[in-house]
Amino acid sequence: MIRLTSVQKDYPRSGAALRDVSFHLRKGEFAFLTGHSGAGKSTILRLVQMAERPTSGEVRVSGFSSSTIRPREIPLLRRKLGVVFQEFRLLRDRSAAENVAFALEVTGAKRSAIPPRVNRLLAQVGLAAKARALPDELSGGERQRVAIARALANDPVVLLADEPTGNLDAWAARGIFDLFREINSMGMTVLMATHDLELVRAHPEYRVIELSQGSVVYDSRALVTAERERV
Amino acid sequence: MPYALREAAAAFRRTPLLTLLSVVAVAFSLFVVGLFGLTAHNIRRAIERIEERVEVVAYLRDDASEQQVRLMQEEMRLLPEVLEVRYVSKTEALATAVNEMEEFRDVFSDLEVNPLPASLELRLKPGARNPASVERVAKSLRAYPFVEDVRFGRDWLGKIVSLRRIAGGAATIIGGAFAAVAAIIIATAVRIAVFARREEISIMRLVGATDAFVRRPFLLEGVATGLLGGVAAAGLAYTAFRLVDAVLIRIEWLPLPWVVAGVIAGAGFGLISSGIAVRRHLRAV
Repeated sequence: MIRLTSVQKDYPRSGAALRDVSFHLRKGEFAFLTGHSGAGKSTILRLVQMAERPTSGEVRVSGFSSSTIRPREIPLLRRKLGVVFQEFRLLRDRSAAENVAFALEVTGAKRSAIPPRVNRLLAQVGLAAKARALPDELSGGERQRVAIARALANDPVVLLADEPTGNLDAWAARGIFDLFREINSMGMTVLMATHDLELVRAHPEYRVIELSQGSVVYDSRALVTAERERV
Repeated sequence: MPYALREAAAAFRRTPLLTLLSVVAVAFSLFVVGLFGLTAHNIRRAIERIEERVEVVAYLRDDASEQQVRLMQEEMRLLPEVLEVRYVSKTEALATAVNEMEEFRDVFSDLEVNPLPASLELRLKPGARNPASVERVAKSLRAYPFVEDVRFGRDWLGKIVSLRRIAGGAATIIGGAFAAVAAIIIATAVRIAVFARREEISIMRLVGATDAFVRRPFLLEGVATGLLGGVAAAGLAYTAFRLVDAVLIRIEWLPLPWVVAGVIAGAGFGLISSGIAVRRHLRAV
């Protein structure tokens, strides 16, 4: 689903952000991407969205390769990715439902198909009752739920999350994380960048890829595979 | 209604103040251009009206026969520079003189012989109201043996021509500067409007909207801003025209094609500026 092979990413001013990073995330897998800020988590997420290209090496996502993808194919790739951010990134002048509908409208969904789909998505994230609320009228956790509903709008195959619980209190964070687990349990691949080590330790069943100074210093995949086999 | 059109219309609803400010900025910058156009147009018309009075007059000897004069009139009409030829008989000349110079009325009415000569008055075509053409026509007139004298305002004509040249040059430079300032203001207004929605652009890109899809509502909005601003500017300029015409001096309103060109230019600038502004944000994500 997502495969990074010997990925190097250098920036002209700040130097190497990623050094020889390789990992493979299978369909349906849930992985934490951890490390200090500046370790390269966000860079990896940007590379996966093909917002940037690696300096060397290859990023493959759902059949698209960073070496061969053409600019006009990037929107097609993005429709297969749902992305959630720490700062939610909702449009403040639109209601929860309009924010979710936006993702469908701008990708050319049939107009009549949008409202029922938006209702289903909001129900899925537990916000059916707040469809008409503006983001400013919602709590942090609720805003993140709207963002998740938006990320799921185009039936993605991968959900990318960049510190999705970073701005939330512990209680709201747990709600959001449970939602991710639920989405994963339905078969969606999830890659979640976080520096919340407590959360990571609390869920040893999930894969952990730890970055430090742009390199993968720990990958628990073997461990997870072994554990699953035992179960 | 297609998405782009709905979205462009929604922008006016969602950010009414910002949209209104852009339209007003565009309207006022084009209004200044319109005022300048109004001034330039009226100066040009004034010069044209003076030029219309360019005339070459040939005074005829009393012994010129009627047939000779008729032949001369016909030959003159064939000249490419000549618009109109009018024969003024001695009697007509005297009547005009009596009318125009009241203080000499008694002198004229006591005359036993009419001292004024008959003449041919030639008006020239618009393109021929310049010293060289006038000189050419005058030369052809002088060639007739029964022509006593040929008169035309040579110095005066030269001044008009150089005045026209100066006015034309000034209009081009000042008008160009005004138009450039208007273009910059329009571009800035549109850029601010696009900048205010940069988050929307980046989310569109994030969820997989194609560049063309992202661009379309902004282009429409740019055109609409330019168009509305242009129409408002035309309205303001027309109000200014009616006011000046009623209170200060009689002036003419701009030719319709100029007004239409101004409004279209506003819309065009709006389109181009939003295209450039959106491209900047598209590249950024």
